[in-house]
Amino acid sequence: MDIPWTLQTGAGAWNPLLWLVGFAVAFGVAWLVRSRGRPDNRSGDALKPFISGNEEPENAGGHIPASNLYWGFTEAMKAYYSRLVPFHTGIPSDYVAWLLGVMALMLVIALTV
Amino acid sequence: MMDSLALHLPALLVAIPLFTAFLIPLAGRAGGTVRSALVILGAALTSLAGLALAARVFAGGTVLYVFGAAAPHAAIPMDSGGIPIRIIFQVDALGALMVVIAALSSLAITLYSLAAESRQSGKDGFYSMLFLLVAGVLGMVSTGDLFNFFVFLEISSLAGAALVAYRIDQGEAVEGGLKYALLSTVGALSVLMAIGILFAQYNALNIATVASRLRFGALDMIALVLLAVPLAMKCGAVPMHFWTPDTYTTAPSSITALLVVSSQASLYGLFRILFTLYGDLLRFNWAVFGWFLVILGALSAFVGVTMAIPQKDVKRLMAYHAVSQTGYMLLGVGVGLAVFADAGALAAYGKTAMAGGLFHIINHAMYKGLLFLTAGAVFYRTGTRNLNRLGGLGHAMPWTMVFFMIGALAIAGIPPFNGFASKLLIYESVFRFSPFLAILAMVVSILTLASFVKVFHSMFMGPPRAEFAGVREVPAPMIAGMAILAAFVILAGLVPQAFVDRMIAPAVNALVDRAGYIAAILGGH
Repeated sequence: MDIPWTLQTGAGAWNPLLWLVGFAVAFGVAWLVRSRGRPDNRSGDALKPFISGNEEPENAGGHIPASNLYWGFTEAMKAYYSRLVPFHTGIPSDYVAWLLGVMALMLVIALTV
Repeated sequence: MMDSLALHLPALLVAIPLFTAFLIPLAGRAGGTVRSALVILGAALTSLAGLALAARVFAGGTVLYVFGAAAPHAAIPMDSGGIPIRIIFQVDALGALMVVIAALSSLAITLYSLAAESRQSGKDGFYSMLFLLVAGVLGMVSTGDLFNFFVFLEISSLAGAALVAYRIDQGEAVEGGLKYALLSTVGALSVLMAIGILFAQYNALNIATVASRLRFGALDMIALVLLAVPLAMKCGAVPMHFWTPDTYTTAPSSITALLVVSSQASLYGLFRILFTLYGDLLRFNWAVFGWFLVILGALSAFVGVTMAIPQKDVKRLMAYHAVSQTGYMLLGVGVGLAVFADAGALAAYGKTAMAGGLFHIINHAMYKGLLFLTAGAVFYRTGTRNLNRLGGLGHAMPWTMVFFMIGALAIAGIPPFNGFASKLLIYESVFRFSPFLAILAMVVSILTLASFVKVFHSMFMGPPRAEFAGVREVPAPMIAGMAILAAFVILAGLVPQAFVDRMIAPAVNALVDRAGYIAAILGGH
């Protein structure tokens, strides 16, 4: 049976409509669970978060800057980045050299294969 | 009247933006309101002409337009010795797909620019250059003539370089423009040299005519490399991508979004050269040139995304993602090219891979354009692109945040947005060619999501910051520009098969139907 909106991928199929229905069902379940919570609970009633004994920072100082995110990833990939980043010299003549280098390589391949 | 207009749509496609470009300085003398009205009118008419032409092509097949001929379809004059000597526009389904991209993007970007550039001076020159860039892109994807292609490539490159460097109060912008101009000029010289080689041998500049006469000679192969490599560079393929972050970062955001479209016109040129111009000659070397695209694609996807993750400048980060996403397109079409000689593999997964690659071109133009516009909106209000300084903007800029989320989820390949649909086609077909490449493509998507989670957190999440206390949502024209692109991202994600059936599959068939392209001009010679 052909279901409308189905994308045929050759090896399988994908239907955004079914996905949206599934998403709506999951949302409905989440809403049901939430609606069964205590109606007398108000925001602000909760205890203060425990941050290893440190004081909770003020709201304005609580934002983590971008550089602190994925520090572990870049640290783990240090060997890769230490080789890749230096190629990005910012020097226009280097950029032209890369273009000519690829062109030369492709010329050799095209004329010999 | 309407019939006559429809007949001349290919000419109007380039004439309208060119005419608007040259009229804008005059309109500017009459005041800002007149200039803005002309800009809106020019953008709307250009888009209308583009979409009408594309609809005609998708409904009725290739459209020919011979400039200066008694009848627009008379490709070969009686006394020309069988050579189509006039300038010919030949728009097949692949060209029409690119026209749709340029038409929609340019309309959204122009609307956005009206507000984004409202506080700047020199708007006459800015909009003139913008329309020249649009004309260059539309010409590149419509022409059936090699030298014409070079001319339009030059128009788009020079207008693009001027626009990148337009805000000369920023030294970086001038540097970015200079790099773009230098690389474009070196690339264009190479393209011109290749066209010279082909013209000297075959006494023709028409693509179909040269394709029909091409022999498997050393000079042809030299011309092929001189054409293909600079076009790969112009679309930002690794290891020739270095100009991309430098240029995309410093250009005004609306221009960066348009440069993405311009890069994709170069990608169109690359595919046109490989499949249409050189198609049969590569029959013994399909795999070699297919692997050339596949390797460029895989390198671009992985290097682009890994270079994006540590960036602190939001536009530089997005520029590296543009490199990465181009990798998907090269990968998809490269797999199709690599198995072109194997009819079984081509039918089983090669065409699907190409469909994924071509679908990703239009999807990428829309969501990446949208992302650059959201970055521009944030810069418009805060004056900074530094992710370390930004934060908490979701409170003051809710529309921009929603548009950013749509673009970010689409580029990361999250359903039900359009990026997922084209990536799914690529994953499943490339897996049958090489499981390693398919897994690499998926890993790149995961890293893309991680990168955009970082951007989302850094720009929009967190409590409001004191230094951005006065920030509010951007003006309505900027929201309208972003909304047009966001609407496409959602629509193409919800009904992808409709896009594949009506636009992408015909474009794939046009790309592989070299004989059909030649026959449209030479009548089956």
